[in-house]
Formats: sequence, structure tokens, C-alpha cells
Amino acid sequence: MKSKLENNAVLELLKAKFGERIKSSEEPFGLLTIEVTSESVHDVISWLKTEPSLAISFLTNLGAVHYPNDKGREIAMVYHLHSLTNNFRIRLKAYVSIENPEIGTITDIHAGANWMERETYDFYGVIFTGHPNLTRILNEDSMDYFPMRKEYHLEDATREDKDDRFFGR
Amino acid sequence: MGKIENLQVINGEGYQLSTLDKVVAAARKNSVWPLPFATSCCGIEYMATMGSNYDLARFGMERMSFSPRQADLLIVAGTISKKLAPILKQVYEQMAEPKWVLSVGACASSGGIFDTYSVLQGIDRVIPVDVYVPGCPPRPEQIIDGIMKIHEMVQHEPLRRRYSDEYKAILNKYDIEGNEE
Amino acid sequence: MSQIDQHTGKESAGIVSNDTIDGEIATLNLGPTHPATHGIFQNILQVDGEKILSSEQTVGYIHRAFEKLAERRPYNQVTPITDRLNYCSSPINNMGWEMTVEKLIGAEIPKRVDYMRVIIMELARIADHLVCNSVIGVDTGALTGFTYVFQEREKIYELYEEVCGSRLTTNIGRIGGFERDFSPEFYKKLDNFLKTFPKVFNEFDSLLSRNRIFMDRTIGAGPISAERALEYSFTGPNLRAAGVDYDVRVMNPYSSYEDFDFIIPVGTQGDTYDRFQVRQEEIRQSLRIIEQALKNMPEGSYKADVPDFYLPPKEDVYNNMEALIYHFKIVMGETPVPVGEVYHCVEGGNGELGFYLISDGGRTPYRLQFRRPCFIYYQAYPEMITGSNISDAVLTMSSMNVIAGELDA
Repeated sequence: MKSKLENNAVLELLKAKFGERIKSSEEPFGLLTIEVTSESVHDVISWLKTEPSLAISFLTNLGAVHYPNDKGREIAMVYHLHSLTNNFRIRLKAYVSIENPEIGTITDIHAGANWMERETYDFYGVIFTGHPNLTRILNEDSMDYFPMRKEYHLEDATREDKDDRFFGR
Repeated sequence: MGKIENLQVINGEGYQLSTLDKVVAAARKNSVWPLPFATSCCGIEYMATMGSNYDLARFGMERMSFSPRQADLLIVAGTISKKLAPILKQVYEQMAEPKWVLSVGACASSGGIFDTYSVLQGIDRVIPVDVYVPGCPPRPEQIIDGIMKIHEMVQHEPLRRRYSDEYKAILNKYDIEGNEE
Repeated sequence: MSQIDQHTGKESAGIVSNDTIDGEIATLNLGPTHPATHGIFQNILQVDGEKILSSEQTVGYIHRAFEKLAERRPYNQVTPITDRLNYCSSPINNMGWEMTVEKLIGAEIPKRVDYMRVIIMELARIADHLVCNSVIGVDTGALTGFTYVFQEREKIYELYEEVCGSRLTTNIGRIGGFERDFSPEFYKKLDNFLKTFPKVFNEFDSLLSRNRIFMDRTIGAGPISAERALEYSFTGPNLRAAGVDYDVRVMNPYSSYEDFDFIIPVGTQGDTYDRFQVRQEEIRQSLRIIEQALKNMPEGSYKADVPDFYLPPKEDVYNNMEALIYHFKIVMGETPVPVGEVYHCVEGGNGELGFYLISDGGRTPYRLQFRRPCFIYYQAYPEMITGSNISDAVLTMSSMNVIAGELDA
């Protein structure tokens, strides 16, 4: 099914509405990827959903990536959105620093973001302000670190039954 | 008449009990009621073993008891994570003696390919295991082989084994409270 | 005492506040190890008699850290992990991953590979839906369908074994196609399957579809409207049962799906009966697709030309220096991968299975995130069961086809 919207047209609309808050854009593999400031994520997603010509109302995915070497922009929040009526996909990125990894929640716009944000908190420690129940979801509640961050190992550090020399570590 | 000389003292169970042993063992072996603790992919292979191609019902195991109180054999099939380990231990403790444990699959036996922070590296860290079936997932024929070995253990188990000191030592190692006499 | 609703943060409102049957609200624990949950998830229910007032979920009991594991493994070693996501239809996961990597490296895939992939993926979809539907039958008390259906699944397992050697966690295919062409034995077994399966499937259908008891149990159990389903980012048969005809195979076709002629079944109410019927119809449509693929199979190669990822044939490895070097690099995981980020999605057994891959040129992915449909739509479960009976809650859970491997990753 052919897409009814063009990347350039949507980018122009976004720039006209949000101006400076759209920091950059690119199109890896044909998917429009825009970087926005972390404060405007909620407004952009809400506008994309309600704007009648775009109707980007389906949240496909929400996740985070950890770049430990980019000082001040360590954690990238990535949102994949989809317009079912226009068959148009878009990716939003917002960067937060690791000392203060806070970003606004989007559970009031998309109810499905609830568990996805909890998972991101569980793995990376991103605090979603305004989330109704930001607790760990997949790991144990007693876990005191955020395992997907790059500085932590895959294996449990306290295991004693496997010798790391034989496991190629 | 007079005194009987060269009286031989035989320690042990004696004739009555040894035949009773065999009868009880045969009864137990042919009607093991399993508790399928199926978590992931090995659970689907276990369901295939239960199906009509690799029938488990011919061994008398068709009555899947999901209540621990009425089960004999705890079949742990699938990955056990650290979050689930206390629950597994609780289910094992709720089972009544005599009970056996069959660990199906690589993940239950040793953590499998998931050498990660959240997976328990083998259920024998929390409960005593009788038979391990390796594989990822093991074919139904392998699972049946494991069950045959359990049957062998059931057949040759002495009636008083569960009250012996050796068994109590095993339970103490896992911090499980045994049954009192 | 009432629960805090995990979605709104407020105290959940009881349906029956002052007219409770015996003046008391009971807390019931459904799980984590419960025969009806088909997986390990826990629901703590607040019930008044048999009516459910609210529920609180705990998941994560089989969290195996796939995403962290994938950052440690080279690209061709990630395929066995993707197997274990939705293990009832693992070929679909494998091929989704292979297509993601092919998209990243820009490989051109021959048509024949596409058609071969379609056959395997549709077989996997049939296997997945068969499990789900027979388990809905088991939860209503009809165990016969389960034994019929698992016999047919054994035939599908035999087809997988012809191609890749394994039954359940298949690790099927390679990045760039398949390791060998389909053998004549495979075609014979597939023909046999296509001849015998529809008859057995119709028998299974006649057991349940128009069965008075089954219909009474399942119609109206666990409904969800299309608007709420879209807000919760539902995809797959659960969304189609609610009335939205979103199918990734039609919306963003991959692997030559645009060449095939099939319909997308949709339901009206989004209840258990609709989900059951949508899956039954999808099985029939999958059979149609397999027949079309078999009839129109194009000539060509069973693999693409990607020497960096596809192992060269053994004769070349022993005789040719270049092939030896490629073999060594692929097996040790030192192949050069372009830098980039790609998102690719396929229609899995439960909906849109997405792979978000970021590569930084290293031998392993920098970040691989799985968009798992089960995880996303299971959040709506409390909303679907509030106000219904416990028996309806059990049926709703099994009709949603929640696979624990995909839920927790």
C-alpha cells in the first residue's frame, strides 16, 4: 500500500509548527527521523496525532539507546509512530543526559506507552515525569542498577559456577 | 527340641516388607501424576509429548495435576528466572512425599544459552533434582527417556528412603523443611 | 481495600460498591503458576463473588535479557535468540531478523527466496494459530480438539525438519536466503499436508465454531472496542477481531507478499469468539497463500549474493583462498557491517513484530530492540476483564494468545 504522505511535506509542516524545537532530520532507509528537544516530545506527538491531514495516531514502539561517550546526550529516546490511514511512518528522537534522565510521559496520548515506558525505566533508568506507576516491570523489584546501560555486564557478577576463561569473556 | 543353634540374625526388611516394596513400587511407577511446570519453549515440546503422537498416557501419566498437593513428579520445562525461583521452591515444598523432580531442557538444568543477569543457572540451585534431560528443546523421545529413568528410580526406591538421614541432609542443603515422622 | 489502577494512578472504582453480595471484596491470586494461564504471569484480582472489579498484573517471570544478549553476539548468532521470542511460530521471527539485516546491508534477494520464505512463514502462522485455537477449546473444556490439532502440528514439524533439522526452535534460513534448496521430499510432504490438513481442520472447526456451548461461553467474553485497541497499540489478530484491518503484509509488504491474493478477516466486537474466528479464517487464508506460492514458484537461486554473511560452499572453502577467508570471518563474527539504523517489521503470529537495529560498524549490534506485540497488548487485559466473571477472564487470556517468551524477552 503506497504511502499517501511525502517525507518532505511532513517535515515542512513540522518545521512550520515547531520551528526551533525540531533540531535536525535525516532519512535512513527512507524513514523520516527527526530530532526534537526533550521538552517538546509530548507536544509534537500530541500534535501529530490530532492534526487531521497527518493522523499519525498509532504508537509502534518506544525505546532508549545508551551512548556513553556523547557527554550531555547519553540516552536517546526513540519513538516510532505510524499513521494507519495514510500509511506513513516517522521516527522521533530526543536526547537526555545521564545525570538527569527525565522526559515527559506520553501515556495520556497513547495508552499503550505505559508498559513501554516502564520497560525503558527498568532497563535504562529514564524517569518519565507524570507516569502513573513508574516501577520495574521485567526485572526484580530489588534490583538496584539499570542493566541495559553499557557499563554493566551481561552476566550476573555474583555467579561462581562458571569460569569466565572458558566462556570467552 | 532344645535350643536352636547357629541362629542367623537377618537385619533388614524381611520377606513381608520386601514384597510389599515391589508392589508399592509397581503401583507408583505406573501412575505417576506429573505437575507440568512449563515456562517456555520446552513447555511446547512437553505439550507435544502429551499429544497423541508421543503419547504420555500409555505410561499412566495422562492426569496432569496442576495442584502440587496431588502430584508426584515435578516436571520443570523451560527457563527459570531469578524472579520465579522462590515460587518454584514454594511449589516444590507444597508437594507431598514421595516426590521426584525432572528437569527438562538446558535452561532448567543449567541456565542454557541464557548466561545472563536474570536467569537462574539451573534449578538445582533451589531444589534437588533427580533426572536432567538436556536439549534445546529436547525432542519428545528424549523427554520420554527421562521419564523412563524416573520410572527406574521409582521402581528401585526403598520404602523408608524419605525418612533416612541421607535424604534429610539433601533437604537441609536446600533449606527445605522435610516431613516429620 | 481497593487497588491503585496501574494505568491511571487513581484508586480503581468498584463496579458494585454498596450492593456487594456478601459485603466483602475478596482478593484472588490468578497465577503465576496456574494451568489456565499457559505461561507465567500473575494477576491479582479483586473479586466480588465472581465478578472482577479490578486486577493488578506482574510480568517478567521469564525475563531472559534478549536485548542485552544480542549486543554480545555477532549478527548470524542472533538468529537463535529470535527463535525464542514467539516460540510457537519461530520461523517468522527468524526471517524477520534476517530481513532486517538484509535491509541494513542493502542485499538484493532473489524472487525464489521470497517465495520459499513465504511458504515457511505461512506454515508457522498456521502452527501458531492452531495452538491458540485449540487452547481456547481446552479452556472451555473441549480437550478433543487439542489432540487433533497437535497431530497436525507434528506434520508441520516434519516439514521444518526437512528444511533445517529442528522442530520447534528452528533457526531457519540464513542472512541471504536458505542453506539449500527445498528437497523433493519436502515438496512431497507439503503436497500431502495440503491434501490432508483441510479435512482435519474442518473437523476441528465443526467441533467448536457453531457449537452452542462454545458460542455461549465465548460471545461477549473480554470485548474491546476498536478505539481502545488502537490506543493500546494492538496489532495482529486481536486488533483485527476488534474491526481494524491492519496487516503488515498488506500495509508494508515484504518478501513479495504483494504478489499473493488473500483477504484479511476482521471481526466486529473484539470478543473471544471474534478472535477465535479471525484466527480460523487466517489459517484458511494461509493455506491459500501456500498453494499460490507453490504453484507460482519462480526459478532462480535459493540464496542472494552476500559473501560477507552467507557461508560459501565447502568445496570452495577447501580450494579457494578467498572463500576460506570469508568462511573464517563469518564464523568468527568479524564481518564488516555498515553503520546505520533500521526498523523492519513483519506480521508475526500475534501482530507487528518489529526489529529496531542500530549498527555502529562493530561485529555485534550496538542496540537491538524487539517490538514485541504480546508485551504491548497484554497491558489492556485488566480493562478487558473488568466486570466479567473469572471464567471469562481465563478465556480472554487464552484467546489473546499471550506467549511468555514474547512477553518478557
